[in-house]
Formats: sequence, structure tokens, C-alpha cells
Amino acid sequence: MSEVKRIATRESYGHALVELGKKHDNLIVFDADLAAATKTGIFKKEFPERHIDCGIAECNMTSMAAGLSTCGFVPFISSFAMFAAGRAFEQVRNSIGYPKLNVKIGATHAGISVGEDGATHQCNEDIALMRTIPGMTIINPSDDVEARAAVLAAYEHEGPVYLRFGRLAVPVINDNPDYKFELGKGVVLRDGSDITIIATGLEVSEALDAAEMLSKENISAQVINIHTIKPLDEELVLAAAKKTGRIFTVEEHSVIGGLGAAVSELLSEKYPVKITKIGMQDVFGESGPAKELLHKYKLDAEGIAEQIKEALK
Amino acid sequence: MENIELQKMAVNVRKGIVSSTHSAKAGHPGGSLSAAEIFTLLYFEEMNIDPKNPKDPDRDRFVLSKGHTAPGYYSALAYRGYFPVEDLLTLRHTGSYLQGHPDIKHIPGVDMSSGSLGQGFSAAVGMALAGKLSNKDYRVYALTGDGEIQEGQIWEAAMFAGHRKLDNLVVIVDNNNLQIDGAIGDICSPYPIDEKFRAFNFHVINVENGNDFDELRAAFKEARETKGMPTAIIAKTLKGKGVSYMENQVGWHGKAPNDEEYKIAMEELEKAGEALCQK
Repeated sequence: MSEVKRIATRESYGHALVELGKKHDNLIVFDADLAAATKTGIFKKEFPERHIDCGIAECNMTSMAAGLSTCGFVPFISSFAMFAAGRAFEQVRNSIGYPKLNVKIGATHAGISVGEDGATHQCNEDIALMRTIPGMTIINPSDDVEARAAVLAAYEHEGPVYLRFGRLAVPVINDNPDYKFELGKGVVLRDGSDITIIATGLEVSEALDAAEMLSKENISAQVINIHTIKPLDEELVLAAAKKTGRIFTVEEHSVIGGLGAAVSELLSEKYPVKITKIGMQDVFGESGPAKELLHKYKLDAEGIAEQIKEALK
Repeated sequence: MENIELQKMAVNVRKGIVSSTHSAKAGHPGGSLSAAEIFTLLYFEEMNIDPKNPKDPDRDRFVLSKGHTAPGYYSALAYRGYFPVEDLLTLRHTGSYLQGHPDIKHIPGVDMSSGSLGQGFSAAVGMALAGKLSNKDYRVYALTGDGEIQEGQIWEAAMFAGHRKLDNLVVIVDNNNLQIDGAIGDICSPYPIDEKFRAFNFHVINVENGNDFDELRAAFKEARETKGMPTAIIAKTLKGKGVSYMENQVGWHGKAPNDEEYKIAMEELEKAGEALCQK
């Protein structure tokens, strides 16, 4: 697997913004003193006059972008997920969500794969927070290809969108000519009959590897990539529940309020099957290299396979 | 517009405030009444707006950052012709488009939803930034409370506006000196307000009587003539102005008049209106 190309989705975000900026004069990119880290610096280099650095003031950035969007511009606001969704939650809700304004939130450094910065900067709650806002679309892309496509789709979508990106370089898994991004549509990436693994973000490639490991132990796992967490592809999730009767969700996020919760809420009402939620188990992260943390919290392929086998015992 | 006409209109706006909050059995009359002249002057003279074309991209914008004083705002919008005056009586009623706080989605003339303090001012700064980015010459007005400026977000927005030299932006601080829990100086003093805005690179105008049209008009004129920096108008006003028992009473921040109080208030305003007609 040494040949696998790895790119952080925050990098994809920066490049996709440039692509959009070339086509659309009304695109404005906001940042809060993190342009080098969120990668909006890539856009700033191309379009300095359309890159607005607000300084370290995420709440103001969020409401300001809302105001700007009422004047015909399409703002993308950028910060770490912790600040974009966490610190500025109420601004996202009241300045963007309630008036249903056309603002896109590019949140980078989500989850524990932030690594060394530790728990204060590892946001495992953003999906939960954003899901509670009526009309909010939430996209958590799995790799470079999907992240770029998601940014373009977010621009085309009228209304607020929360985009979740990571700091860690992750394998490119969607690099094929047939790839097509459809907002709100999950993707079956691997067929299987015993169980279904529903994963999102960087956990998609880990889930694929876990499925491979499980196959060697005669467990046939279907793998579904849910890039759009809201609105959830209910049809696909229901079909998976009916097909395999056993669901595992995997996310680099708290098991409270995220993908696992969304899937559980749906299936408990419409087609109850047993669900195991793999993710951050109501704990904070800690400092360490990203890969070591993913391993420690059993969110790498090995950890996922182990948890699935344990649950199936 | 002649001052006398503006004064009559301000009486109408006040009647709208009293009758809508009475009908709602809730709402915020005190800070609505203190800002009645500000609303009136903005909507009947200062701003470049057209009620028949409320979404005109070149119009001036107004954001009521102190969104709880929506009764005053709605009243001015209604009398200016954005929607029927009689609809004011549906304020806060279930199913009415006149929500307790301004709602951009459903209320003609409202340029931004607001009510969570501090956020509206940021939105106004964003509109002013948009004006600069698109080389349009519209102006943006934001009205904040004097208690509201205790919110940190106000100063985030002020820092940005000052830094970007947004001279198409005017923030008016309705300095009625009272917030829910008491006098602002007793709760957590934001004074000196003028020096704070000056330190954030605003041109600052102190208006000694923010319920006086001449003083307000002069301030708006000075703001328009100010280049290279945003303007903050610190307008000293009287909370509850125009209704004797509400004036300078902290208890009337967020309480509606009952039937008897309503009657007294309307009689007072009726008299004030008649007095103006005899001038």
C-alpha cells in the first residue's frame, strides 16, 4: 500500500476554492488568522482581494459573512472545526441558520487526527452541533477527490452548508473516472452480505481496510460511504439494514450526535436492527501523532475490525 | 422632511409600539420608545430606500442589532409603507410574520434577522464590506443598545470595521442608560463609550439628545461626510420616552402595558399628537 497517494482534505479545500474563484466573481473567502492551516492561503495567493482575514474573531467572521451573503456574495468562512462549529455555534445558528443564508462553513482540523495539539483543538462534537440546526447541510468528505467535489457542490447549493475537513493526509480512494458526487447520496464502496459498515470522512478508507481484514475471517462486510450526513441518505441506510441486518457506524467524532446517532435515529424508527457505533466514546482526545491516536482510540482499520469482531461474538 | 412632520410620525411610531406590545401581552417597549426618533429619521429621511422595492441591491441597509426593540422598528416600517399598520397588532401572535425579533425571511423591509445581541452589528459590518467589495455606494446603519455593547462580539466587529476603514458604516448606540437588571453603569459599565469606539478607529459623534431630530440629523450628515473611517453615533436617549410612567423606568424594558396602562399611554400619545397638530 506504499503507493497510495495521500492528501489532507483541508488541502483539497484550498484548491477547490481557487477553482471556484476562477469561475465565480461573487465568491469571498473568510479566514480567522489560520489561512496557512485551513489552506485558504492557497486562495489568498490567487485572489488576495477576495480573501478576507478577520483576525482571531470567529464569531464576528460568522455573522459578518451572513450579512455579506445578503448582498449577493457567496462567502466561505474558514476556521478549525472547534471554533467554526463550537465557539461560533450560536452565530451559525442565529446569523446563518435561522435566516437560512447562503454561507458555507469550511471547517478544518476536525476530529482527533488533529494530533499533537490535543483535546482543546480536537473537535469531536461539530457534526452533532450542526445537525441540530434546521436546514443545515453537513458534508464530511472521505478524500481529496470527494472534498473538492463537495466544495463545488456546496457552492451550487443554495443555503447553509457545513463542510468538514481534516488535517491529516489521507489516502485518495475515489480517484476513478466514474466518480460522481451527489449531495445527499451515500455510496456503496464494497459489497458484502453479513454486516454493513457505514463510515464517513477519513474513516471510510479505514473501514474499507477493516472490511478487507474481516473478509479473511469470513465476515463479509458491505461498506457505505456517507459523505452527506445531513440530509442523510435514508433510502440507502434502510436498504443496508434490510440487506445485512447488522450495522456498524464509524466516524472520527463522538458517538453522541454524529453519524452513528443519525443512523440509529432513522433505523430505530423505521427498521430496527442492531447497531454498533464506533467513534469517540464520550471522551476527550489527547496529544499525540494522529496515526497513533487513531490507533489508540481504535479508529484505524485494525481497531475497527477488532471492535466489529468483538461485537459479533 | 419638516421636523414637525417627523415629530408627528414619531408619535405614530410610539402608538404602534404601545398598541403592538399591548396586543402581544409581551415585548420591549422601553428601548423601542427611546429609539423612536432614530427609527423615524432613518426611515423617513436619512436612508435611501423604497418600500415598493425592498430588495433593491443599491438600497441603504439597516440592521437592528438590538433586535428586541422590534416593536419600534416594525412600527416605523409599517408607517413607511412596507406592510399594513394594522398588522402591528399581530406582533408575537402565533402564525404572524411579525416575530418577536426581526426576521429577514418573512418581514418586508427587514435586512437581517437579529435579536441575539452583538450579531446584528457584525452582519451590518459584513454588508458594509460587501458594499466596498462591489464598489456600490449604499450606506449601512446599525442600531445597538448600550447594554448590548457589553457583548464581546461588538468589539470584534468594531475592530474589523475600523481596520477596514468602512466609511459606509454608521453604528448608532441607543444610550438610554438602562438594561434589564439596572443602570448600565451599575451592572457592568461600558462607559466611556465614545472613547472606546474612538480607540477602535471610529469617528465618534456624541448626540446629547438622541430624541431630537435636529441633533440626529446633524450627526447623520457628519457621518456621511466622514471619509476613511466608520462612524459611531452615541445618542443619549430617554428609555420609555413619550409614555410618562415608562420614562427612565428599568421595569419597562421588557414588559407589555396592561389594558389600563395601554389606555393611559394612548391618551398621552394622542394628546402629544394633537399638540403637534396645533403648532
